[in-house]
Amino acid sequence: MFLQEATANTDGYMIAGYAVAFIVMALYVASIYIRSRNLNRDLTILEEMDKPAEINEPKFRAKQTVKTVTKRGGKK
Amino acid sequence: MQSKPALLKIFDVLAIVLLGVSTYFALVKAPTELVMGNVQRVFYFHIGTAWTALIGFLFTAVLSLIYLFTKDLKWDRFQVAAIEVSLVFFFITIALGSIWARPAWNTWWTWDPRLTTAAITELIYIAYFMLRQGIDDPDRRARFGAVYALIGGISAPMTFFAIRLYRTIHPVVIAGGNPEAQGGFSMTSDMLTAMFVALIAFSVIFIDLYWNRIRLGNLEDQVEQLKLKVTM
Repeated sequence: MFLQEATANTDGYMIAGYAVAFIVMALYVASIYIRSRNLNRDLTILEEMDKPAEINEPKFRAKQTVKTVTKRGGKK
Repeated sequence: MQSKPALLKIFDVLAIVLLGVSTYFALVKAPTELVMGNVQRVFYFHIGTAWTALIGFLFTAVLSLIYLFTKDLKWDRFQVAAIEVSLVFFFITIALGSIWARPAWNTWWTWDPRLTTAAITELIYIAYFMLRQGIDDPDRRARFGAVYALIGGISAPMTFFAIRLYRTIHPVVIAGGNPEAQGGFSMTSDMLTAMFVALIAFSVIFIDLYWNRIRLGNLEDQVEQLKLKVTM
């Protein structure tokens, strides 16, 4: 290539280079977006699963207290 | 779902704009190199991504040290994010170099010191993620990862100095006069401008992607914590 006098026609390689750079960057941005979207979905589901547990906990305790009272009442 | 901070949104827009500006400078403003022709234009993106990736790898070594001293998992998340973005950028660097080498050196790849050290660096950080995949305990995973990234950080300066220390055919465009280099060229002022625009553009793109990746890491951690809470 260095012995030639005219400028080499290397347009195809240039296009390939820029295509690779843009495609790789676009894929990476897409991967961040998709992973983030999936994690947000998981987070919403997990938060919903976590909520009833928090609501039921005091109820469960209240039931236990009632049971104890009934037992004592029954003994009497 | 946490909304994006205003500054990050600004960075997102700035990164896209600067990528466009850098492409314009590389493809339109910079002159065509007389011998190599248009393929020389990949040099601007090649050097922009290489610069940010190597700085990123060095930065991870610093983050590793901070993690090892503080034992705060936040630093581990910062480290993973930096390595992932640097890995992507360095892959682009290697791919562009290979595409340029085909017409310039008449081969896609040769085991030249620069190319070899670059390939080793890329493989070291791919192996980093493989190592992390194999460890379940978060603290142990972070500790092993930090030590690995600290040692792996040596590969970044080795790659940078490879063309200055060893006999190589890779051109030293900035501050170098390697007589054995093939495909070297003298930089005109327009070429220098295009190169600096690319350096600034890719630095901003790196920061933007890095910030977004840190947010993703925080979200991963949040999900992991909640999973543990729900299953217990």
